[in-house]
Amino acid sequence: MAAAETYPDELRYHEEHDWARVEGDEATLGITWFAQDALGELVHYEPPETGQQVTRGSAYGEVESVKAVSDVIAPLSGEVIEVNSKIVDEPEIVNDDPYGEGWLVRIRLTVPDEVDSLLDAEAYKRHVAEQ
Amino acid sequence: MQTLQRTPLHGRHVELGARLVPFAGWEMPVQYEGVIPEHRAVRTEWGVFDVSHMGELEVEGPRARELLQGLLSNDLDRIGVGQAQYTLLTNERGGIVDDLIVYVLEPGRFLLVVNASNARTDYQWLREREIRGSDVRDVSDDYALLAVQGPRSIERLGLADASAFTFAEGEVGGVHCMVNRTGYTGERGVELLVEAEDAVDLWDAVLELGATPCGLGARDTLRLEVCYPLHGNDISPETDAISAGLGWVCALDKEFTGVEELRRVKEAGPEQRLAAFVMVDRAIPRAGMDIAEGGRVTSGSLSPMLDVGIGMGYVAAGAAAPGSEITVDVRGRPRRARVVKKPIYEREA
Repeated sequence: MAAAETYPDELRYHEEHDWARVEGDEATLGITWFAQDALGELVHYEPPETGQQVTRGSAYGEVESVKAVSDVIAPLSGEVIEVNSKIVDEPEIVNDDPYGEGWLVRIRLTVPDEVDSLLDAEAYKRHVAEQ
Repeated sequence: MQTLQRTPLHGRHVELGARLVPFAGWEMPVQYEGVIPEHRAVRTEWGVFDVSHMGELEVEGPRARELLQGLLSNDLDRIGVGQAQYTLLTNERGGIVDDLIVYVLEPGRFLLVVNASNARTDYQWLREREIRGSDVRDVSDDYALLAVQGPRSIERLGLADASAFTFAEGEVGGVHCMVNRTGYTGERGVELLVEAEDAVDLWDAVLELGATPCGLGARDTLRLEVCYPLHGNDISPETDAISAGLGWVCALDKEFTGVEELRRVKEAGPEQRLAAFVMVDRAIPRAGMDIAEGGRVTSGSLSPMLDVGIGMGYVAAGAAAPGSEITVDVRGRPRRARVVKKPIYEREA
């Protein structure tokens, strides 16, 4: 069952429809409800490798629906410390729970100040409304 | 900016919450609930597709058969009134201008159901080659077309079963239509050709009977699983029928446009063949990706029934035999696939 449209207040957002949950010098990343809805049911997740460096604004992985492929953009820079391997096997979890079980990677931040440049939930909702 | 055409069912699609996309100059539903559930509904129960964007051409007259025999690859003399045939409109190089289904309405009257993107080209192609005693008309605007497909479709519509590639006048939910035992999914089913003004009544009646509304997304994955070619992807004016594996619809013993070239290709053996393949590595092939052994992917998707990446593409003839391993370049990553016998997915008997 697909999730209802939500943008939790405790997350920070990137314009390319990615979210970050920042905890100290680490962050969990994923795609927003808007991104998964635009793609439709996900059928493939091409993850980065643990230890790989990701750069804010650049692709770190790919997600695919039956019809489309989309880069996943890193909202923050860092080193990948964990990949959600469950999503590799069952990518549709992202549709069901984009902010919970559907997280994609955890990173250790290399440029913590970048957090300040992300959107809060209200600003991201306004961004989505303009799409 | 070109205005998109809309089918008579456009309002119904909007009410159902369909995702509408531009396709061949039309605004068409790509999905309602989702490609995967719609695909599975057609494989296991039944579903209905609005395919009113497809073109309909009528060819009529005492020499209509003669005109079509000279332009279409299959042998019209093999079928009579009430029967239909899959065939190709070929060019001088043996390339495929379009693939279509021809219906024999009367001995001197034929209906051609053609791809939306080629309807104008086909019409002009036929008009330019018209002979005295044959009249070609584009009647696309007069009709809507609903494809009702799936193992339950015929009984749910209350229709008597009939052989594939036959047609008859009939009624569904009180709406008069032409009932054609044809389709593009590999399942039992019909395509209902109906006067445009009756299209909404027919659509409503079919949904009332319980059919799942299905979009062009599922139509594409269904046809790919059973390896039906898509014109513009797998076949085109630049690809010949023999290399595409469509020699079975080319009557090389009759004269038609491009037959000499097709005989030559058949005699010499094609350099490349349109092969079907299943990914061995976890990846989804897409049209346009290079194949390392020579060639290119022309269609690719996830198979909703097999839950694995599948595709078709032209590969060097030596690598086209079932069992051959090929390597697809998935955005810079080499991913292995295995050539398989067509169809990729076989319906259970």
